[in-house]
Amino acid sequence: MLRFLVRRLIVALLVAATVVTLAFMLTRLSGDLAISIAGANATQQDVEQVRRAYGLDRPLVVQFFDWVGRAALGDFGQSYFFKQRVSELIAERMPVTVTLGLVGLAIALVVSLPLGIIAAVRENTAVDRLVQLVALIGQAMPSFWLGLILMVTLGLRLGWLPISGTGSWEHYVMPGIVLAFSAIPALTRLTRSGMIQALASDYIRTARAKGLSRASILLKHALRNAAIPVVAIAAVQLGFMLGGSIVIESVFALHGVGFLAWESIGKNDFPVVQAVVLVLAVIYIGLTMLADLMNAVLDPRLRSA
Amino acid sequence: MTALLEVEGLRVAFGGRIEAVRGASLAVARGQTHCLVGESGCGKSVSALAVMNLLARRGRRTADRLAFDGADLLGLSDTAMARLRGDRMAMIFQEPMTSLNPAYTVGSQMAEVLRRHRKVTRRAALDRAAELLGRVGITAPGMRLGQFPHQLSGGLRQRVMIAMALMCDPELLIADEPTTALDVTVQAQILRLLAGLQRDLGLAILLITHDLGVVARVAHHVSVMYAGEVVESAPTASLFANPRHPYTRGLLACVPVPGKVRRDQPLGSIPGVVPRVEPGFAGCAFRDRCAHADATCAAAIPRHAAGEGHDFLCRLPPDWVQAEAAP
Ligand SMILES: Nc1ncnc2c1ncn2[C@@H]1O[C@H](COP(=O)(O)OP(=O)(O)O)[C@@H](O)[C@H]1O
Ligand SMILES: [Mg+2]
Repeated sequence: MLRFLVRRLIVALLVAATVVTLAFMLTRLSGDLAISIAGANATQQDVEQVRRAYGLDRPLVVQFFDWVGRAALGDFGQSYFFKQRVSELIAERMPVTVTLGLVGLAIALVVSLPLGIIAAVRENTAVDRLVQLVALIGQAMPSFWLGLILMVTLGLRLGWLPISGTGSWEHYVMPGIVLAFSAIPALTRLTRSGMIQALASDYIRTARAKGLSRASILLKHALRNAAIPVVAIAAVQLGFMLGGSIVIESVFALHGVGFLAWESIGKNDFPVVQAVVLVLAVIYIGLTMLADLMNAVLDPRLRSA
Repeated sequence: MTALLEVEGLRVAFGGRIEAVRGASLAVARGQTHCLVGESGCGKSVSALAVMNLLARRGRRTADRLAFDGADLLGLSDTAMARLRGDRMAMIFQEPMTSLNPAYTVGSQMAEVLRRHRKVTRRAALDRAAELLGRVGITAPGMRLGQFPHQLSGGLRQRVMIAMALMCDPELLIADEPTTALDVTVQAQILRLLAGLQRDLGLAILLITHDLGVVARVAHHVSVMYAGEVVESAPTASLFANPRHPYTRGLLACVPVPGKVRRDQPLGSIPGVVPRVEPGFAGCAFRDRCAHADATCAAAIPRHAAGEGHDFLCRLPPDWVQAEAAP
C-alpha cells in the first residue's frame, strides 16, 4: 500500500512538473508580453523599460526557474492588472470555486447513485435503457449551452434563480447543476456497472440466503462494494469540475478562480493565469491521490495489503 | 409425521430454453442427512436454490408441492420467504472464497443474521457468533470476529459460513458441495463437523455432493439426480446394496469395493456427458449413455418401487438385475 502511494506520488510530481512547464510556455507563446503590458500607445522606450522592470529581458530558462522557485514558496508575484499579490487574489476567489465544485459534486452524486442503482436492479429493461439514454444525452450536451438554457428557463422565464453574480447560495444552484451534468454520465454508468457486478456476486446470494431485507441487500451489501470505484472517480470528477469552472464561472459571472483566469487571459495578466493553472493542477493531482487513499480506506483488502 | 422438507414435481427453466430441473421430487426427514448426488450439471444446485427461492432472475420455478414443516412455500411472498431463510432454513455454498462480503468483518456479517430474525442487541448477537465460531472449531473466536474474509483461509471461511448458517438455530441446512473447493484434509474436517452438528443439534441436512465416499458415511437417504430428474431414491444401505438405475450403477461402478469406497473418486467415469435438455423432451435422458437402452426408452418412463423407500425411474423392472445375473 505504502509503496503504491509513493509510486503514485512520484507520477503526480511528474505530472505537476509538466503542467507547470506548459502553463509557463503557453503564456509566453501568446506574443510579446512587454508590448501588451506597456499598452497600445507606448513608445519603444516604454516597452524596453517594462521589459527590464518585469525581468522579461532575461533568458526564458532563467525566468522559468525564477518563477518555479517562487511559486514553490507560494509566491506567484504581482498581478499586472489588479495591482495585488496573485496569491491574495487566488485566496480570495478560491472559496467560491471550491463551493461551486462541492455543490456540483453533491448534485451529481444525488442524481447518479439512485439512477445507477435503479438501472442495475432493472438491468436490461426499459428503465435501464432510459437511464443509459439520459446519461448519454447528458454527456453530449455542451455545458455552456446547458447553462444558457437554464438561465433562460429558470432564470428569466420563471425567475426562480439569479442568472449571474456571487451574492447568495442561490447563485450556486444553476452553475452547480451545469457542472453536475458533466459528471453524472460517468458516475451513473460506474454505479450501474458496479451494482450489476455486485448483485451477481456470491456474497449477495449469501445475503439473500440470510433472509436480509431488500434494502439491506441493495444498500448495505451491494452498494458498499459498488461504491468503491464510484467514490474514487467522484474525487477525480471534482478535480475536473474545478478545472471546468473556468467556463461555467464566466457564463454565470461567478467570481471564483475560473472567472479570475478568464479575466486575466483577456488582459494578458500572465502571472495570474500561470498561477491559476498551477493551483488547479495541483488540486487535481491532490484529489487523484485522495481517490487512491479513499479506495484503500473503503476496501479492506487494499488496506492491509 | 410428514417430512421437514417436501418437494414434489419441481421444475426450473431458464429463459424458456433450458430446462434445468424436470419434475424432481425429494423429501428431507427431520434430523436426518439427505444426500443429493449426480454429475456436474445435473441440476442439483438449481434444485436447492429453487427450494430457497434464490434462483437468478431468469430462473422460473414451478412445483406440484413445495412445503417446509407442512407449510406451503410456493404461495409465500418474497418477504415471508425471506423471513424463513436464514432463520428456520439456511444454506451454505460451494464457493467459500467469495461467499462472504469482502467489505464487512466476520462478526458484523454473522451478527446481522440474528438481528434480522430476532430482537437482540448487537452485543448479544456477537456473543452468539463467538460461541458458534467456537462450536465449528475455530480457535480464538473473539479475534476472528474482527477480521475480514480476506484474512481467512478457505477452510476457515467455510467454517464461518456454517457458523453463520447456524446463528438462528435452523431446522434445515442445505449444503451445496461445501467441500469441493477445499483441499482434502480440510474436506474431511468440514464433513465431520457437519455430521457432528447434525447429531448434536438435530439438524436436517440436505447435502449436495458428488463424493460417494461421503454419501456412504453420512447419508440416511440418497437421491440420485440426472439431467434434472431424480432417477433413483433410496435409504443409503439399500442404494449401495441394490442400486437399480443403470446411471446409479454406473456411478457406483467407479467405486472399487462397495462399503469401502475410495475417496476423491470423481463421478463422470461413465462415457459421455450430461445432455442439456430443452422443454418438451420425452423419455429417458440417460438413454444415449445407457448399455440397456432400447426403443421404449424414448417413450414415457415409469417409476418403479424397489423396496422400502426405494424407487427408480427406468423402463427396466425392479428385478432386472437378478434376472440378468441368473439367466
Ligand atoms: N443462471 C442460470 N442460467 C441459465 N442456466 C443455468 C443457470 N444456472 C444453472 N443453469 C443450468 O442448469 C443446469 C444445472 O445446473 P446446476 O444445478 O448448477 O448443476 P449441478 O448439478 O452441477 O449443481 C446446467 O445445465 C446449467 O447450465
Ligand atoms: Mg452445483
